[in-house]
Amino acid sequence: MAIEKPPVDELVPRGEQPRTLSPSKHKKRTFGTGMLKGLSITFRHLISKPVTVQYPDEKDLLPPRSRGVIALKEENCTVCMLCARECPDWCIYIEGHKSTREIPGKKRGKKVNILDRFAIDYALCMYCGICVEVCPYDALFWAPEYEYAEHDITGLTHEMDTLKDWMYSVPPPEELEDGAMGPAVKNQLPDNTPKGEGG
Amino acid sequence: MIEEVFANPYIQLALKLGVLMILLPATLALGWVELKIGAHIQHRMGPMYPGGFHGWAQTVADGIKFVLKENVVPRNADRVVFSMVPFITMLGAALIFVVIPAGQNLVIEDLEVGLFYVLAASSIGVIAVLMAGWSSANKFSLLGALRAAAQLIAYELPLVLSASAVAMLAGSLSLVDIVQAQGPASPTGLYIPFAVYQVLGFPIFLCAVTAELTRPPFDMPVAEAELITGPWTEYTGIRFAFGFFAPEYIAMIGLAAVGATIYLGGYLPPVPALDFIPGIIWLLLKTGAILFLLIWVRWSFPRLREDQLQKFAWKVLIPLALLNIFVTGALKLTPWV
Repeated sequence: MAIEKPPVDELVPRGEQPRTLSPSKHKKRTFGTGMLKGLSITFRHLISKPVTVQYPDEKDLLPPRSRGVIALKEENCTVCMLCARECPDWCIYIEGHKSTREIPGKKRGKKVNILDRFAIDYALCMYCGICVEVCPYDALFWAPEYEYAEHDITGLTHEMDTLKDWMYSVPPPEELEDGAMGPAVKNQLPDNTPKGEGG
Repeated sequence: MIEEVFANPYIQLALKLGVLMILLPATLALGWVELKIGAHIQHRMGPMYPGGFHGWAQTVADGIKFVLKENVVPRNADRVVFSMVPFITMLGAALIFVVIPAGQNLVIEDLEVGLFYVLAASSIGVIAVLMAGWSSANKFSLLGALRAAAQLIAYELPLVLSASAVAMLAGSLSLVDIVQAQGPASPTGLYIPFAVYQVLGFPIFLCAVTAELTRPPFDMPVAEAELITGPWTEYTGIRFAFGFFAPEYIAMIGLAAVGATIYLGGYLPPVPALDFIPGIIWLLLKTGAILFLLIWVRWSFPRLREDQLQKFAWKVLIPLALLNIFVTGALKLTPWV
């Protein structure tokens, strides 16, 4: 038994007219004006300044918050390994050892972790930024850098010295919003005491 | 005075050789200008490094690259015809320059049938295109050649019809006479270029020239990116450069110079008072203006489809060109033309 299809006309809901262009939108234009308009546009572009940056000769500054490379602030790192563990493709290599920092007036010193190696393999890194997000001590930052290409793929594993060098281009943190609580300051430790120096 | 110097036969011979020698460098220069204009229209800079100053040597380097490339001939190709094609296209393009006057006596040959000769020389390219397509032993080359031939023949007619209106105005086919008729030899003695009377004819001529050169927006048969330059699909290296690239630019310069000669007063200054500037400067300026227009149009408009292209030639340009002849005939009845 053949299924009876409704006639095509009935598929259109009642009251809905087939779409036609309203005559007001379809103004008659003089022949050739569109082409002249196109020519004038290209001429204006011809005499305007090119947007090209002649890269190796002149360098373009990236916007300060560009996600170019990941920089390391070594003194903030506690070798907690959170970044290495969260990294989706395991491109962060961290090595460290334990040491004791002597505190004057106390018998036992404080145990600290000392960072020996911190390297990111940029051949693997996919710039997801999870390591930056996950770092509890603000040791990792996005830096607006882009000149770190290498001739050899193994050279793309950038070690701690390079990662530290990129810190200079990291912009200062954004201003806090009105009414926000400032960062909690505990114990007022002197800021310039580097961690993990082993006393 | 300068005309007298040029009338010297030895100087004329040197100049004739000079024109031939200058064709290839002019091609390279025009190619560079086109790269630059196209780039700046797209907010780019174009070539900047070759040669130091704004990449002036880019097209020179391109030429060297073409010469150094391997020269492939398909196995089933008709070798003789295949290798003859670049000679014929170059010939057709270079022959145009024979009759273009840069001064009343400064012309390689002032043929009495100069205008007819130009149109005949510029249509030699059709034969070369068909030869290229047929001898390549490649069905896509052949299809491209047929498309190109269809276009070239279709646009030959408006070209001839619009040019014949100029011949009617001047009462001569000689290009020198045509130029003189736009200046001292005109009935009124005023310097009025024929473009003023050919309000219809000049745009028709420009459209037909663009199509004859298979330049955008009339480059359907060539369509570099899509059809790998149609009839030139199998051409490589130096044969491609001298079969396709160089003739295109040489013919472009030649036809622009013809347009400047028959419509814009050629070597004549716009007003008699500027007569002290040599005619060749005026000719170059006017040719340059038309060349700029051709390049500008190329980078502004999209390509026409095959059917639109044919319709435009047969249904728009040819009737308009016929109408133009009629109007020109009516103009001839007035005393001031």
